Amino acid sequence: MDAKSENSNLIAGDTGDWEVVIGMEVHAQVTSNAKLFSGASTEFGGDPNSHVSLVDAAMPGMLPVINETCVAQAVRTGLGLKAEINLYSVFDRKNYFYPDLPQGYQISQYKNPIVGEGEVIVDLLSGERVIVGIERLHLEQDAGKSLHDQHPQNSYVDLNRSGVALMEIVSKPDLRSSEQAKAYVSKLRTILRYLGTCDGNMEQGSLRADVNVSVRRPGDEFGTRCEIKNVNSIRFIGQAIEYEARRQIEIIEDGGTIDQETRLFDAKTGETRSMRSKEEAHDYRYFPDPDLLPLELSQEFVDEIAASLPELPDEKRARFIADYGLTPYDADVLVSERESVDYFEEVATGRDAKQAANWVINELFGRLNKEGLTIGDGPISSAQLGGIVDLIKDGTISGKIAKDVFDIVWTEGGDPAEIVEKRGLKQVTDTGAIEKAVDEVMAANPDKVAQAKEKPALAGWFVGQVMKATGGKASPQAVNALLKSKLGIE
Amino acid sequence: MTDLTDLTISDAREGLAAKSFSAVELTEAHLAAIEAANLALNAYVLTTPERAIDMAKASDARIAKGKAGKLEGIPLGIKDLFCTKDVRTTACSHILDGFTPPYESTVTSNLWNAGAVMLGKLNNDEFAMGSSNETSFYGEVVNPWRRKGSDAPLVPGGSSGGSSAAVAARLCLGATATDTGGSIRQPAAFTGTVGLKPTYGRCSRWGIVAFASSLDQAGPIARTVRDAAIMLGAMAGHDPKDTTCADLPVPDFEAVLGQGVKGLTIGIPKEYRVEGMAPEIEALWQQGIAWLTEAGATVKDVSLPHTKYALPSYYIVAPAEASSNLARYDGVRYGLREPGKDVISMYENTREAGFGAEVKRRVLIGTYVLSAGYYDAYYLKAQKVRTLIKRDFDQVFESVDAILTPTTPGPAFAAGEKSGDPLEMYLNDIFTVTVNMAGLPGLSVPAGLSSEGTPLGLQVIGRAFDEETLLRVGQAIEDAAGVMVKPQDWWSTHA
Repeated sequence: MDAKSENSNLIAGDTGDWEVVIGMEVHAQVTSNAKLFSGASTEFGGDPNSHVSLVDAAMPGMLPVINETCVAQAVRTGLGLKAEINLYSVFDRKNYFYPDLPQGYQISQYKNPIVGEGEVIVDLLSGERVIVGIERLHLEQDAGKSLHDQHPQNSYVDLNRSGVALMEIVSKPDLRSSEQAKAYVSKLRTILRYLGTCDGNMEQGSLRADVNVSVRRPGDEFGTRCEIKNVNSIRFIGQAIEYEARRQIEIIEDGGTIDQETRLFDAKTGETRSMRSKEEAHDYRYFPDPDLLPLELSQEFVDEIAASLPELPDEKRARFIADYGLTPYDADVLVSERESVDYFEEVATGRDAKQAANWVINELFGRLNKEGLTIGDGPISSAQLGGIVDLIKDGTISGKIAKDVFDIVWTEGGDPAEIVEKRGLKQVTDTGAIEKAVDEVMAANPDKVAQAKEKPALAGWFVGQVMKATGGKASPQAVNALLKSKLGIE
Repeated sequence: MTDLTDLTISDAREGLAAKSFSAVELTEAHLAAIEAANLALNAYVLTTPERAIDMAKASDARIAKGKAGKLEGIPLGIKDLFCTKDVRTTACSHILDGFTPPYESTVTSNLWNAGAVMLGKLNNDEFAMGSSNETSFYGEVVNPWRRKGSDAPLVPGGSSGGSSAAVAARLCLGATATDTGGSIRQPAAFTGTVGLKPTYGRCSRWGIVAFASSLDQAGPIARTVRDAAIMLGAMAGHDPKDTTCADLPVPDFEAVLGQGVKGLTIGIPKEYRVEGMAPEIEALWQQGIAWLTEAGATVKDVSLPHTKYALPSYYIVAPAEASSNLARYDGVRYGLREPGKDVISMYENTREAGFGAEVKRRVLIGTYVLSAGYYDAYYLKAQKVRTLIKRDFDQVFESVDAILTPTTPGPAFAAGEKSGDPLEMYLNDIFTVTVNMAGLPGLSVPAGLSSEGTPLGLQVIGRAFDEETLLRVGQAIEDAAGVMVKPQDWWSTHA
C-alpha cells in the first residue's frame, strides 16, 4: 500500500487526522459432514441437541479423534491463501467454564497452527489494491449455544454446534478503513467458496469475525486496540469499525486513553459496548491436549491437495482481462461469486467472451438485481443464454430482438432457437423483401426523400420506418445499405 | 472340591472346559463371597448379581456349544473408573452421583467379548487420586492382610484398592485396574497380588474416566503372572476411538511364560536405592536379584540419573491434566448439581460439594501450574524432565532387557497413617511414577512377606510394548517366591 492510498482513508478529528488500524480474526465453519473430533452431523437447523455425540457432550471417558476431512480442508484453505502449510501442528486445550462448552475446554491450536503466513489481495471499487497479510490459520472446535429465551428462570443449552470444525483465519493489522475491512472479508469469503472449504453463510453463522480496531496519528506507533467480538455480517463489520474508530478518537481527543478490552457490537443501535476489560480477561491455561497426538502431515498429502486446487479469483480475474479483454470492473463483477463465474464460463465457452460477459453482466445480472434474485434462482440457464448469444452471432436475430427473446425465455422458458423459429423473429436478410419495403416507404414519402438528399441525417427516419414495416426483423445493416444507395447519400 | 473362589483364572478355565463346574456355579461362589466380605472390606461399591448370573448362563451355553472365549465364564471385578453400560459408574466421586453410562468402555467390552462375567464395580480412590483408597466417596477399602498379631486395618494401596483387595480376598478371579502413577502396582504389592501396568497405548482409554490422559493406562490385577497375562491379552488391542492407542497386534502373552530368563540382562538402577529405605526392602531386592541370577539371567548395575526429578514432575503433569479433565464435571449435563443463584455459583456449589479434598488439591495444583506466568516454570519444565526420564530409560534399555526394583518403599501402612500428610502419601509412588512418565510397562509381583507378615512386591520395568519380557521375568520371580498364599480370612461374616 502506498502513502497516497493510506492518506485517502484518514478520519478527520477535531485535533487533526487519524488513521484507523484493523486486524481481523475470521471464524469460518469448515465444510464437512462431520464435526472436528466426532462423527456427529454438522447439518444446520436440526432440532436442539439432535446432532450430539457422546464426545460432543463431554461424557466421562470420551476421547476426540481428528476428522481427516477437516484437516484436508484447512490445508486446502491455507494453499488458497498462498500460505505456508505446517507439516507439524499441535492441538491445545483452551480452558474456561461456560455452560455451552461441555468439556470445560475448547480444543484449538495455540503455539503450532496448521497454517502459517499467507496473503489476500483485496481490490476495492475505487481501484485501490490492498495486500492483507495472513498471520495464521488454525483449526478449533465451535461451542454450543445457550438459549436464554425458552424459560423465565432457566437457560437451555443446544449442543448441535458443539465440536463443529472452525478455521480461525487471523490477518495482520494491515487494514486501514472499514471499506478495506469489508472488502477483505468479501474477498476471503469468495476464496473460501471457490475452494469449497466454507459456505460463507453469515446468516447461519458459518462465517463471523472478531474485529480488532485501534486508531493512531498517521505514522505513529499502533494505538491500544479493542476487540469487537462475533460480528456476523459484512455491513455490521463496516458499522462496527466506523463507530469504534469514532469512539476511540473522541476519547483520545478529550484527553482520555483507550482501555484494551473486548467489546460487543449491537446491531440495533449500531454501537459497540464493553464486554470485559483486560483485567477480566480469562487465563485460558493453554496446554497441548494429551488426548491427541501432534498432527503430522506428509508433503505428499499437501501436494495432492495442491494439485486439486481450483483456479482462484485472482487468477481468473487476470485471465479474463488478459485473454478476453474484459475491463477490470467487469472481471471483478464476474469473479466475485463462484456461481457467477461458473455461469459466465459456461456461456463464454466456445463463444465471444466479451459478448458473453456483456450479456451475463448487463442483461442477466441486471434482471436478477431488479427482481431480487441470486444467480442460482434465476430462470435462465447458461445454455439458454448461450443459445441467445449464438443466434446474434450467426445473424439469425438482431441484438434488439435478442432482448425480446431473453424476456420470453425469462418468463416462459424454452429453447431460444425454437422460440425465434416459431414466432417468426428471424432477421430478414432477404434483400428483395427489404428492397420492397424501402421502395414502399420512399414512394409514400416523396417530400422526405427530397429533404434527405439535403440532410443525410434523415436516413435514420427512413431506417425506423422500414424496421417498423418489417416488424423489426429486417437486418439493420441491409436496410442502411439499401437506403443509402437509393437516396443517393453517402 | 476346592473352594471355587480360590482358583486361578487358568485353573478355572480348565475346570470350566472340563465341565468340573459351571460358570454359574463359579459366579455364585464369588457372589456369596462378596456378600460375606463386603461389609468388612468395602471392596465393591456396587454388585451386579443378576447381570452376573445372566452372563454366566450365557457362558455356560457357549461352553456347551464349544464356542468358549478366552475368558469364558471367568468372574471379574471392574474398577469404578471403567464406564459400564447401564451400570452406575462414578469413579467413586460424589460429583458423578447416579451417573449411568449409555456406553461400555473398550477394555470392558473386550473382556465381555472374551466371555468374562461382571460381578460388580470396585472401589477406588476418587478419580483414581490416592495411594491408599482412603479418598473414595464410598469409604475406605480395608486390606485383607493384617499385621501379625494385630487387628488394625491396613490400607490396600491405591488408587485400585478395591481391585487389589477383591483379588487378594478371593472376591473375584481377577480385576481391572488403572495406573497413572502406580495405581495398579502399588496396591498389588500391598495385597500380595500381581499387577500389570501395560505400555501406554497398549489398552484403549476410551470409556475410562480420565485422570491424567498422558499417563493413564488400564491393566489387570490377578493372583498369578499367568492370570495377568491372560487378562491383558483380552483387555488390550487397537481402538480407533483412542488416538493414543497403538495400532499393534496383541501378542500371545501366555505363550512366553515358559521361556525363562536365561540370556536376559536385568538392570539394577542405583537411584532406586533411596535414603531411608527399609532394610527389609533392600533385602527383598537382593533376594530378587539372586533368584533371577539363579534362573540364568545376567544382572547389571545401571543408572537412571533423572529419577529423583520424576516424582515432583509427576505431581505437576498429572494434576495439570486432571484440572482440565475434571472441568467437565460442572453440574450442567450429568451427575451432581447443587443449585446456585446463577450459573457461576451453581458451578462453585456443585464442585465444592462434589469433589473430595484430595481431588480439590490436585485441581488447584493443576490450575496453578498451567496459569499464565507459571506455565514455563512448572508445566513446561516438567515436560522437559519427562523427556529426560524417557531418555534415561532408552539408554539403559540399550544394554538391558528389563529393570528390577522394589515396587514400594515399604509394606501396606495403617489406615489413617499417611492420609494427613499428602507429601508422605505421594512418596509412596516414588518407584512407580517414572514408569508412567516414560510410558513403559511395569509389573509388580509378590516376592515375600515383611517382618510384619504383610506382602511385599518387586517391580519389573520393560521396554515399550515388550510386556512379554516383563512377564517372563515376573514368572521367574513367582516361580522362585511361590504364589502368594491367601491371607487368613477374618473378614467373612460366616468365617
